[in-house]
Amino acid sequence: MRIVVPIKQVPETKSVRMDEKTGTVIREGVEAIVNPLDLYAIETAIRLREKFGGEVVGISMGPSKAITALREAIAMGIDSAVLVSDSAFAGSDTWATSYILAKAIKRTGDFSLVICGERATDGDTGQVGPGIAAFLGLPVITYVSRIEEINGQDCRVKRLIEDGYENLSSSLPCLITVVKEISVPRLPTLRGKQRAKRTEIPVWGRDDLGIELSEVGVNGSPTQVVKIFKPKVARECEKVPAKDEESVEKAVDKLTEFLRHKGLI
Amino acid sequence: MEYCGVWIFAEQQHGRVQRISYELLTRGLELAAKRDCKLSAVIFGCSINTNDLEELIERGADEVIAMEAADLEHFLVEPYAACMLKLIKQYRPEIIIAGATSTGRTLMPYVAARAHAGLTADCTGLDIEKQTNNLLQTRPAIGGNIMAIIKTPRFRPQMSTVRPRSTKPAPRRRGRGGKITRLVASKEELNSRITRMGFTASEEKQTLSEADTVVVVGRGIKKAENIPLVRELAESLGAALGATRDVVDRGWLSYPHQVGLSGQTISPKLYIGIGVSGSIQHLAGMQTAETIVAVNNDSDAPIFRVADFGIVGDLFEVVPVLTTHIRQKKNREK
Repeated sequence: MRIVVPIKQVPETKSVRMDEKTGTVIREGVEAIVNPLDLYAIETAIRLREKFGGEVVGISMGPSKAITALREAIAMGIDSAVLVSDSAFAGSDTWATSYILAKAIKRTGDFSLVICGERATDGDTGQVGPGIAAFLGLPVITYVSRIEEINGQDCRVKRLIEDGYENLSSSLPCLITVVKEISVPRLPTLRGKQRAKRTEIPVWGRDDLGIELSEVGVNGSPTQVVKIFKPKVARECEKVPAKDEESVEKAVDKLTEFLRHKGLI
Repeated sequence: MEYCGVWIFAEQQHGRVQRISYELLTRGLELAAKRDCKLSAVIFGCSINTNDLEELIERGADEVIAMEAADLEHFLVEPYAACMLKLIKQYRPEIIIAGATSTGRTLMPYVAARAHAGLTADCTGLDIEKQTNNLLQTRPAIGGNIMAIIKTPRFRPQMSTVRPRSTKPAPRRRGRGGKITRLVASKEELNSRITRMGFTASEEKQTLSEADTVVVVGRGIKKAENIPLVRELAESLGAALGATRDVVDRGWLSYPHQVGLSGQTISPKLYIGIGVSGSIQHLAGMQTAETIVAVNNDSDAPIFRVADFGIVGDLFEVVPVLTTHIRQKKNREK
């Protein structure tokens, strides 16, 4: 079974800062990591390979430093990786990104499954998975929490939605996006890290993928960012201590009064 | 033909229109007024309740386009996308908004890719830019640390998914008139390589993402055996029960309860955190709640920085008293 896993390198969420004067995100000095939600996709793919054999290919679109994200995935146990990188790709929105990744996935050859993380923790859109599926003409199942069964032709999965789990089956090839519940990601091993260092990761650009300049980057992206700003935090916390029976009673009184006043109870 | 008109994608379950549809009408009404155009509700399903379709009109839609077939009873991406694409081609709407639900967030990117349309995810604000008439979409990104305003100047339709509960449902005006068009989906639209074999309902009565009030339990609860203490509080409030990642990873509550970066994002009217410290990852999933209350024994816990009201004290002493107070209040009202 051949499985492709798109992987995104993202800034560590807790270290993201904004330059309020220019309204841009400060990227210098921010640690870049593998999108935490992609780790579940990587783990799921590796487990399927361990069970059924085959190969797991990681694919990442980003600047040249995104190669470190792919090396980390190799250290975890995926077999090979491709970096999709071109200055023309900079500024691509989810439409253009899905288009580029779909072209790149196609170029990697035949596959049974594409497994994506539910979304990336920087953009928070979750749109690239379904977008890739649409461009590749694949069925897509999002929010997969468990693969119940998979063979050469079909897979049967559980999909987590608002009020429960759907049991779905799909013909292969298909694309799934997975949620945290599906697996516990393993840590890279020392041997894996050594292998990651040795593994050659090809870099594919716009010409390799046969993509027109007008289809990607800022020009090819339907959406444009008008501006970014810091959310207003207008909350002022009324903190009430509750140390003993009397103050607990008092604090709870105050809280229920607060909730009643706001019409919340 | 010019692109014209605002669409909302209404959702149904078992033939009944879901609340998110009425929230989208609130958004749609504002946009349609600013664009001086028609507001349409598009809905796919099987034997959709006629009264509910009329309610879409009474809550603001000028027109309802219902596409029906047995295979549209439940969301399946391929038939739903095929129906939507067919209607887009036929009607050419300028704006399409859907809920940022499991359905909306799957359907819309699939359709947008095919339609070569711009799509913005999980918006909390929508407006029309004055000079250009472009849709301005405001959304949180990077775990709510920044807000971005996004537009789609050169491509149509302009599409967004909208965060559930980020606005109120449009009020109902009985007797308001409008047109209901019921269409039958044709065979070509119904091809699906995915089959729905069954459904297992959640063990919880209240759905986390749809609840007005959510009580979230954090690691401060110390062990699984203490969870019922918080569950009772949630029940007294008629609230959904949520959990932090710590609590889920320890197996004290199941994953569907998890709120935060690797779980669900919620925007309830009232969030109550019990023994929740408030990691960045957790805050990313709940800081758009309207009112935030926290009970924690550490007065420096980060949760208090986003809270409106906090009790600094031992949750094991505070929570039972709080539950009793709320029960008493409810009983008095009865």
